[in-house]
Amino acid sequence: MDSPTNQSANSTQPDTGVYRRRILVHRIGISLSFFAMLIGIFFLLWILTTLFLKGFNSLNIGMLTQMTPPPGDDGGGLLNAIVGSLLMVGFATLICTPIGILAGLYLAEYGDNNWFAYLTRFVTDIMLSAPSIVIGLFVYALYVANTGHFSGWAGSIAISLIAVPVIVRTTDNMLQLVPGSLREAAFALGAPQWKVAILVRLRAVKAGVITGVLLAVARISGETAPLLFTALNNQFFNADMNKPMANLPVVIYQFAMSPYENWRTLAWGGALIITLSVLALNILSRTIFSQKIQG
Amino acid sequence: MLTNNLPEVSSEILLQPQADHPVEHPVIFKTNQSPPMVTTPMRSHKMGDFIFHKITFTFAFSVLLVLLGIIASLLHGAWPALHEFGPKFITTVEWDPVNDQYGALIAIVGTLTTSFIALLFAFPISFGIALFLTEICPAWLKRPLGTAVELLAGVPSIIYGMWGLFIFAPFFAEHIQPALQNTLGQLPTIGKLFQGPTIGIGILAAGIILAIMIIPFIASVMRDVFEVVPPILKESAYGLGCTKWEVVRKIVLPYTKIGVVGGVMLGLGRALGETMAITFVIGNANQLSWSLFAAGNSIASTLANEFAEADTPLHVSSLFALGLILFAITFVVLSAAKLMLLGLKRNEGTK
Repeated sequence: MDSPTNQSANSTQPDTGVYRRRILVHRIGISLSFFAMLIGIFFLLWILTTLFLKGFNSLNIGMLTQMTPPPGDDGGGLLNAIVGSLLMVGFATLICTPIGILAGLYLAEYGDNNWFAYLTRFVTDIMLSAPSIVIGLFVYALYVANTGHFSGWAGSIAISLIAVPVIVRTTDNMLQLVPGSLREAAFALGAPQWKVAILVRLRAVKAGVITGVLLAVARISGETAPLLFTALNNQFFNADMNKPMANLPVVIYQFAMSPYENWRTLAWGGALIITLSVLALNILSRTIFSQKIQG
Repeated sequence: MLTNNLPEVSSEILLQPQADHPVEHPVIFKTNQSPPMVTTPMRSHKMGDFIFHKITFTFAFSVLLVLLGIIASLLHGAWPALHEFGPKFITTVEWDPVNDQYGALIAIVGTLTTSFIALLFAFPISFGIALFLTEICPAWLKRPLGTAVELLAGVPSIIYGMWGLFIFAPFFAEHIQPALQNTLGQLPTIGKLFQGPTIGIGILAAGIILAIMIIPFIASVMRDVFEVVPPILKESAYGLGCTKWEVVRKIVLPYTKIGVVGGVMLGLGRALGETMAITFVIGNANQLSWSLFAAGNSIASTLANEFAEADTPLHVSSLFALGLILFAITFVVLSAAKLMLLGLKRNEGTK
């Protein structure tokens, strides 16, 4: 751009047109950026305030102790949906954690100059953002169509498929942070690679890996799309993973789209529960991680 | 655990070869290959490493297998519809479950339009946010604001959908849509886009909700990308007397160009596949209209609405075909995004 030399000769406060234009452009740019930040914060606050106002108004003890009501009835709660969600997310976590961590270990341990590992990393990154509803279709074709019925297991598998890439990626990234000298020290003591990988390298970044798992759990707790045609829904209490299972996201979806006032109120309550849990998981993972950085 | 059994293991490996070989032959590293030297712990080491390699490889491979499985199952499921309708499935407007006639055009157009609108809004705003977080924001505000943006990304999409349907759509119908109609709607060519009843829900509302959803994703990628710029480059520019805005325009942006585009593509990938937020606000009508105020349908919302209730095999198969199209589009977009971001990382330090 224009060099400032033509102004420097004038005085300590150059007042040429070029200079003023540069300052003006700078101010406009910076204010626009500030304005963009305000828009972001504004929408976050708007969404959260609405959610808290509507959600807290509909929260009551019955919500946690009663079943989802039939259409048109008063009262009722979300107990079956909450239990269903907990079961499915719990089993999904059990499925995806070992898969994710072991695959992440492979990438970190054998991933240098290895075309297979490059390909896996690439695919994992794509799966991180792949449309979750397509994963639902996949599990439907693979599991529901073959067993002939919707089930809690199908839902659990679908959401664990969404969680695996999250865990693989964080585990891999965290393991890369371990200093080479630590591994070399262990190798010099004669430890075999698998011991170095698990007892030295993985242990050193335990907190980071747990963060990854928590983030994955947070991600899948709110997932709705893949559950629509895997776990479906169930109006009644069901702890049998082989049957269609009520779960919070799908219940919220159905109740919110319904014309019944009572159902909509319950949907807001459920939405608040789910958002609070997801945000709590997010914040928990953050604190675990920052403690590790300091410690 | 580690400290207990390591000393004895190590002494066997290190001492034995040295004792057997003369000093002029320091072939310590060959001990693996000479059978008489391999002691029991060595063999168990090799065994353990072998098993470890195979197990972790299997799990890494399973990730690839899932991708292949998704493609295969979508192709398999979509085959009857693709066989029945052929390539004109993509260009056919009609989507009629009653007469068992299916075409994907409405859904494809809906998906692309909403995502495009979302990018139109999300790109400048995320750019501003990323810029604010990296260059302008005072240090004490950086963490809380960064966390707030990331929390916005963590809110489940169904919440955006409910908020969009119950809060945003009525507000949009009452205040913004009439205003748009009275201003932009009067213009000759693009006026067509802003006509029709102002009911709030529709393509435009869905696009805006999507924009709010993908802003945090794009903003956090851009922020990471901006932080890659070596401070020395920026400081040199400041030293020459550049304003902050000039540093951003002439130093940061050119340096991170590919990464910024990659971040936008990543957001686009998210927007294309987003289901629940769209399903709430798009209106779920199988119609094609010039008006952005009209209700429409996207691929994901069609799937969410119809899949569990599809009766005929052709209906199910057509829905699979829609899923296949969606997956193909997002796959291409996300791959491009990934390659761009990788390219930026590779060039790090060479510029």
